[in-house]
Amino acid sequence: MLRFIAGRLVLLFVTLLAASVVVFSISEFSPGSVARKSLGPYASQEQVESLTKRLKADDPLPLRYVRWLGVLAGVIDDPLQDPATGLDFHDPRGSRYFGNLGYSTLYKMPVNDVIWDRLGNTAILAGLAFAFIIPLSMIFGVLSGMREGSKTDRTLSTLSIVLTSIPEFASSVFLVTLFVILLPLLPGTSPLTESGQWSMASQLILPVAVLVIYDFGYVARMIRISMVEVMEKPYIRTAILKGLSPRRVIMRHALRNAMIAPFTVLLLQVNFLVSGVVVTELVFAYPGFGRMLLEASLFGDITLIEAATLITVTVAVVTQLLGDIGYMLLNPQVRID
Amino acid sequence: MSVEVQPAVAVNPLQPSSRRLFRRVLRSPTALTGLFLVAFWVVLAVLAPILPILPPNDQDMIAMGNPYPSAQHLLGTDVLGRDILSRLIFGARTVLQVAPLAVAVAMIVGIAIGLLAGYFGGWVDMLIGRLSDIVLAFPVIVLYVVLISNVGPSVFNIVVATTVASAPGIGRIVRGLVLVLKHQGYVDAAKMRGESTLHIMFVEILPNCRGPLIVDACLRLGYTIITIGILGFLGLGLPPPTPDWGGMVRETTTVINIWPHMSLIPSGAIVSLVLGFNLLADGIGEGNKQR
Repeated sequence: MLRFIAGRLVLLFVTLLAASVVVFSISEFSPGSVARKSLGPYASQEQVESLTKRLKADDPLPLRYVRWLGVLAGVIDDPLQDPATGLDFHDPRGSRYFGNLGYSTLYKMPVNDVIWDRLGNTAILAGLAFAFIIPLSMIFGVLSGMREGSKTDRTLSTLSIVLTSIPEFASSVFLVTLFVILLPLLPGTSPLTESGQWSMASQLILPVAVLVIYDFGYVARMIRISMVEVMEKPYIRTAILKGLSPRRVIMRHALRNAMIAPFTVLLLQVNFLVSGVVVTELVFAYPGFGRMLLEASLFGDITLIEAATLITVTVAVVTQLLGDIGYMLLNPQVRID
Repeated sequence: MSVEVQPAVAVNPLQPSSRRLFRRVLRSPTALTGLFLVAFWVVLAVLAPILPILPPNDQDMIAMGNPYPSAQHLLGTDVLGRDILSRLIFGARTVLQVAPLAVAVAMIVGIAIGLLAGYFGGWVDMLIGRLSDIVLAFPVIVLYVVLISNVGPSVFNIVVATTVASAPGIGRIVRGLVLVLKHQGYVDAAKMRGESTLHIMFVEILPNCRGPLIVDACLRLGYTIITIGILGFLGLGLPPPTPDWGGMVRETTTVINIWPHMSLIPSGAIVSLVLGFNLLADGIGEGNKQR
């Protein structure tokens, strides 16, 4: 078990390195230099060139990548914070510390000041979405998987398929038309600031609903498949023949076993949620991580993109690891060595 | 998938003949509904150039004052006075060219790595497995957004991005199937006959992976259409003025308070096409299971 976790942590480390190299190399194609982005569009060509020289931004790619790693590890100073650049980029934590994610040229703030608040906002959004996805998909999955091919099964399965066919941007359009324009019950924008008529809670309803609609149908279908398989097992037949009530068969025997496989699926949804979050946050102007990632990519803010990549990959790998550990705990037949 | 390769010995439960597959689709109401939705858009997309519709990029300045559906513009016009019906049909043409291309390339790459990993096992399997883990851990949207915002939007880049993102998943499915199939009698028979490794992989094993792969391809077509829609919506889709459903929603969400039909219609279109592929996958999958 410990060896398995250690192996996964090594994989996490390798994945982080690989992802950061890939993102760094792709950003090479991005138009505009770091110096130009730091100085803004009205700086003269000489200013840009002299800053480029001082930042050593003309060095070959591998050298700059290693320098970025050095700044992150706190071994060398962040070149953007050097007072000699005249940029007035200043991180209150200092220019050399472990976990220095660099300076965002888009927000003109240290990445560490930009990223964590937004990540927190996104965590609220995703957490609330999960709080609905899990019970809803369990109810749908168990009710339809209990008796395969029954009327309930067909109705609920079709409903799940229809819901998973609605991408987030389309469901936003539908929900906004319904609840913002036709029946003005909810706000169409969620800046998370207490503004006059709309409370914080009301601002969260539509973004959460959009995430739940697209994701829960998929999870429900996974639980349904697993439930159908369990219901065909001999021990379920034995339990029924023993004369147990259907409720008892389902609650005592089927449910726990049917939850094993979807457990991993549920945690893999975190990865899906990330992409849903980008779209949803864009639609509702939600001050979160996904919208920041999109803005950083469009602007070409390489330090911010790198930081966001490291965080998303870590979240993905750690949830996968938790999923596998949970899977082993739930299912005594599975042992990984 | 209509290639009629029939290895001398192979009668495998996983392998539907194309004719039987078609009959199965006709018998399942779910699959039939899906087929109808997909066929509806395919026919419109194919016939787009000869249908009596306005050119998709022509601006009708007079209609801009009253962009609602009219005799001239059956579904109304968008903010720039372009005919929505025409852009919808030409948009179907765009998505139905890009999505199948992207899925086909991802399938080829995925099948190749899956066959290699499953058939050879050992360090090849190990290497491919580890690389797949790394790619699968990478949140897809980050890859799309970072790649396309930096390299620029084009069909080629969309195909590359979707291939990188979905090939490992397809590879895993194929690998799993190969692990079962490579111990079948007919594979041993082919080995005894002295057939080459390539022959065994592509003629003996691959055709028997058809059933699950057809279902997976349908599901992936749905996802890819959603992905292309999301990219268009984020402003990373095909460059304007190419009609593209996601882009149509993006261009009109700012006026959704005044003219909601401009965003509602393309959103509905994308849902109907994705639903078509999902229902088709579900219907065929149920059939696979019953056999």
